Amino acid sequence: MRAERIFNAMFWLYLVVFAAYLFTPLIIMGAASFNESRFPTVIPWQGTTTEWFAAMWADAAMWQSLWTSVLVAVCVVVIVVPVGTAAALVLTSLHARARSFAYAVMVSPLLTPGVVIGISTLILWRQMGVGGGVFLIVLAQSTFIICYVMLMVMARLQRFDRTQEEAALGLGASRVMVFRRVTLPFLRPALVASAGLAVLQSIENYNTTLFVRGFETPLTVFIATKVRTGLTPAVNALALIIIVATVIGAIAYEVARRRRAA
Amino acid sequence: MSHSVELAGIGMTFGTTRAVSDVSFKVEAGEFFSILGPSGCGKTTILRMIAGFIEPTDGRVLIGDQDMKGLGPNQRPTAMIFQSLALFPLMSVRDNIAFGLEARGVGRAERRAKADDLLRLIALEGYGDRMPGELSGGQRQRVAIARALAVEPGVLLLDEPLSALDLKLRQHMRAELRALQKRTGVTFIYITHDQSEALAMSDRVAVMSAGLLQQVATPRELYDNPATPFVARFVGETNAIPGRITDVQAGTARIDTELGPLLGRAGQGAVPGAQGTIYVRPEALMPGGGENPLQAQIDRVDFEGSFALVHGRFDSGAALTASVPSTRLADAPVPGHRASFGFQHAHAVVLGDG
Amino acid sequence: MGDLKNRFGPGLSTIFLILVLFWLAVMVLAPNLMMIDYALRPNLPPAALGGPDDTYTLSNILYLAGEPTHRAIFFKTIWASGLVAAVTFAVCYPIAFWMAQRATTGQLAIALMLIIIPFFINEVLRTLAWFIILAYRGPLNAVLMNIGLIEAPIRWQGNGGVLAAMVYAYILFMLLPIYNAIESLEKAQIEAARDLGASRWRIHTRVVIPHAKAGIATGFVFTFMLAAGSYVAPALLGSPGSRWFTEIIYNWFFEGGDWNRGAAYALVLLVLCLAVVLVTLRLFRVNLTDVAK
Repeated sequence: MRAERIFNAMFWLYLVVFAAYLFTPLIIMGAASFNESRFPTVIPWQGTTTEWFAAMWADAAMWQSLWTSVLVAVCVVVIVVPVGTAAALVLTSLHARARSFAYAVMVSPLLTPGVVIGISTLILWRQMGVGGGVFLIVLAQSTFIICYVMLMVMARLQRFDRTQEEAALGLGASRVMVFRRVTLPFLRPALVASAGLAVLQSIENYNTTLFVRGFETPLTVFIATKVRTGLTPAVNALALIIIVATVIGAIAYEVARRRRAA
Repeated sequence: MSHSVELAGIGMTFGTTRAVSDVSFKVEAGEFFSILGPSGCGKTTILRMIAGFIEPTDGRVLIGDQDMKGLGPNQRPTAMIFQSLALFPLMSVRDNIAFGLEARGVGRAERRAKADDLLRLIALEGYGDRMPGELSGGQRQRVAIARALAVEPGVLLLDEPLSALDLKLRQHMRAELRALQKRTGVTFIYITHDQSEALAMSDRVAVMSAGLLQQVATPRELYDNPATPFVARFVGETNAIPGRITDVQAGTARIDTELGPLLGRAGQGAVPGAQGTIYVRPEALMPGGGENPLQAQIDRVDFEGSFALVHGRFDSGAALTASVPSTRLADAPVPGHRASFGFQHAHAVVLGDG
Repeated sequence: MGDLKNRFGPGLSTIFLILVLFWLAVMVLAPNLMMIDYALRPNLPPAALGGPDDTYTLSNILYLAGEPTHRAIFFKTIWASGLVAAVTFAVCYPIAFWMAQRATTGQLAIALMLIIIPFFINEVLRTLAWFIILAYRGPLNAVLMNIGLIEAPIRWQGNGGVLAAMVYAYILFMLLPIYNAIESLEKAQIEAARDLGASRWRIHTRVVIPHAKAGIATGFVFTFMLAAGSYVAPALLGSPGSRWFTEIIYNWFFEGGDWNRGAAYALVLLVLCLAVVLVTLRLFRVNLTDVAK
């Protein structure tokens, strides 16, 4: 019993260390945005200030990159939600043997390193005379984000009672109406969730985007470039705002989901 | 406006399995018609062919004397009630009921009025704004029926819709379905594996086994005059005693069994010299003997109230089940003892085997 | 296909099929084929394209085999990615087990939220956070010097920094699959094993881990693939001595100007990752269908 107690105490200690590992980096990064020091750090603390937020706000290049990222994310959602949904529907309509082969093909982009997706997209389109830029960023990101949508829609489809479609058909509905009024409403929660996930995946992507960005500078590229060429706490201020926004967004989504479930 | 349904030699093959072979029968307009059989006998396949979810590989389906070939389920004058009911969980009860009207382009106000009429018909007035998930099993059942009736189908197809309900509710819904069918006059084609359901509700019943049609008859005729050994065993309880048919005269067959020669009405395949079986209903076996005397060893007597079920073995080893009315329990057999039974030949049927 | 048409009608099915085929053909298949084509051709000036020298050759791939620095970095990337996966597994397994089998519903909800929140924040920012912590005059060195563990600041940037940041970045990809797998294990099985006198170690090696192998394989595959294909962590936290294979590929494209060689290197990376996927699945006897959920 004593051994058990010591083990439990050690485990709880481990949990605390793990939580510290998860959050200390984020806390320090956030805190550094209030430090007057020119290089982002918390030691030594040279005085509390909000000037870095003002500096960030005044940075036109930052706004430009934010705009690029948002534009890309919107385009990605417009592509990946319909295509991912179609892929899930096609896959679930296939017979067992064809299905496992098609499944392997369709999840392969998830198992491909992001840099390779960026490189192969770049090569193909340069061959056709199209250089890096928003168009290629959207295309390259969509290649693998479609897989996430497909998997989420498939998970939802597994709980779908297909006799509902037959019932609607038997009541005289056209196949388009069956899809619009029965199948699609059932899938809606998965579509909303996957659209949200697609936005996050798109905005946070770096590995793939790096190769197809051309002369564009999306947010992640902007931040990574700053780290190398002159990091100031203004970047931390931006990071803190992004963190707060995503956390609030995530919590809001979770609350909405629970309220709907209840 | 109800339609007749005629199946002309329809068959269905899935890959290499023959699910339905050469089935023909005609359901009259306004009839309550059941298709009865064990699971896997092909009855659901037949229903889905009538509804148009699958095309038969052979034969034709005619509804109201019109060939349905090539018409999808949304183009046929049928409506189906599914075993799972398949109510749309994200639509209100009213929207569920009005769905078929929406599909036909009926305006919103008219849809609403019609749905409310139907809600009254199924005694769920005021439930229109609820979601299907908020209703009880029996209420959901009635919504499914109303949803199907809303499109004024010529034929209503019901795929074991009561199987998910508990016994009491099921018996109540039987009466309700029957009354609804009489009131609306719509042709009902009802699929079930529960013979008492089929016998209690239907005008006529088709019995299926292994993809083959066994018999189409009224419930009474099915019970009294089974056409095949399968029907004799599947519909109701029966005592089956095998033997060789020796003589057939004036509708009465004599069959030599291990228990001696017995007499019964001659049924299908009852020709002299053939192997056959005589089928005797439990309630036809009377204690004490008489015509067609039989001896048996009694194992158990289960008192059920208005009657008692007597279980035992004939001398040949075959199982015996007799149902003895309580009024005659005085001369009922005693477990562990031997007893004599008899039956009138008009209450037994002899069929050829195979 | 017949089923699809039967279900959604000819119009919608055609739209669905076109969307899927566009994705698979134009976005997945064609780029990879073109990359292979590039990888197998020499890097020629525009004038020589289509000329006698424009033939298929393995020279780009053989160059990698013959160039000692690149070869060393390639192998180092493989084993370091394996190390990242192994360390991530070691860090995550106790937590996943606790969440799946021991935590109360309330603890689980909090734990899930605490674990997921950092991963809503993008990889570049997470790497940036480590960049700040591990800086030469940064908080980690300051704390360690204050409590007297070290006398002079340590230069964390390099292999150590890359490892710390990568493990941090991929925790979720390891933790969630393992958690899902262990969660489906009946508590009674563990109790039965304990009742039969199994030690804690034995319960895990004989009951829990075999049950969770599909989840563990998934975690390994994803962590390895993400680590091997990562660019941001080695770029920001690495040192000249800790170069990553992706950095060499990047250089071929944007500094060396030899796309053919870069394509060849990317192809090697792709083949490596697919091989690791297949071998891992085979080793764990797991189906691809069980992965990626």
